[in-house]
Amino acid sequence: MPTPVVVESGEIHEIHTDADVVRVRQAARTLALSAKLSLVDQTKLVTAASELARNTLVYGGGGRATVEVVRLGPRRGVRAVFVDEGPGIPDLDLALTDGWTSGSGMGLGLSGARRLVDEFEVSTDVGTGTTVSVVKWTR
Amino acid sequence: MDRVPILKIGDILLVSIQVDLQDHIALALQEDLGDKIVATSARGVLIDISALEIVDSFIGRMLSTIASISRVLDAETVVVGMRPAVAITLVELGLSLGGVRTALDVDRGMAMLAASTEVRDDELEPDEHGAIDTVSAPGD
Ligand SMILES: Nc1ncnc2c1ncn2[C@@H]1O[C@H](COP(=O)(O)OP(=O)(O)O)[C@@H](O)[C@H]1O
Ligand SMILES: [Mg+2]
Repeated sequence: MPTPVVVESGEIHEIHTDADVVRVRQAARTLALSAKLSLVDQTKLVTAASELARNTLVYGGGGRATVEVVRLGPRRGVRAVFVDEGPGIPDLDLALTDGWTSGSGMGLGLSGARRLVDEFEVSTDVGTGTTVSVVKWTR
Repeated sequence: MDRVPILKIGDILLVSIQVDLQDHIALALQEDLGDKIVATSARGVLIDISALEIVDSFIGRMLSTIASISRVLDAETVVVGMRPAVAITLVELGLSLGGVRTALDVDRGMAMLAASTEVRDDELEPDEHGAIDTVSAPGD
């Protein structure tokens, strides 16, 4: 039987403004510290969270982030889940291409965030919304 | 806070980013710096990011844009104080910070700006000595 992921603590943050994106970054930082991620891994997780929170705001039309300290057996990690009820992503492969943007960004948010974390999942439906879930584990 | 302060030291503008920047404040800083370079005829811009815990693609683009704007306005930009963990993360994110000059700390950044300002002053000298130099220069 697989070991279940245990959620040790968590917070939910609404994302409707630039200031909310900053709050999500700060929450990710605080939980990454308490999960004892290394400084580089904290920085990677917070950077990924910043990119995904901005996407939730800009493309998803707002939504929310759940940031949690999780444990799987002996390993701790931080999970961040971004949910919106926006337009969805019609071509996910394209959206995950480095440098591709439908707006005026650098097109590195989704693809870059995927490189920065250990687990990365997107579920999206046109007209329904987008959920992006990432996890960074301690080494 | 809704503006990042810009200090003028000699002909250099110094920006020390001390807060976790909201996107619209980063955009305002780009515009403010452009205005201030023109208003003060600054020759250099020094941006200290040693307090920044992350640089994501938005802040990265802001730094590249500031470097481009100042180049067009005849000023040099140097970004100083990037933390090692931030630098490692930037590379993995895929950001190249194209066209942005960097230095380890404020002192070295100042020295870099002073050096490039001096070089340009030398280039300007013939003009200051009148038209004769200019006339004899081509083809010699
Ligand atoms: N939550 C979302 N809802 C809808 N579309 C999204 C969402 N997140 C990302 N996208 C799409 O994926 C593209 C790539 O995103 P990203 O890599 O972050 O680059 P950028 O933000 O610079 O456009 C976006 O331009 C957008 O079209
Ligand atoms: Mg993005």
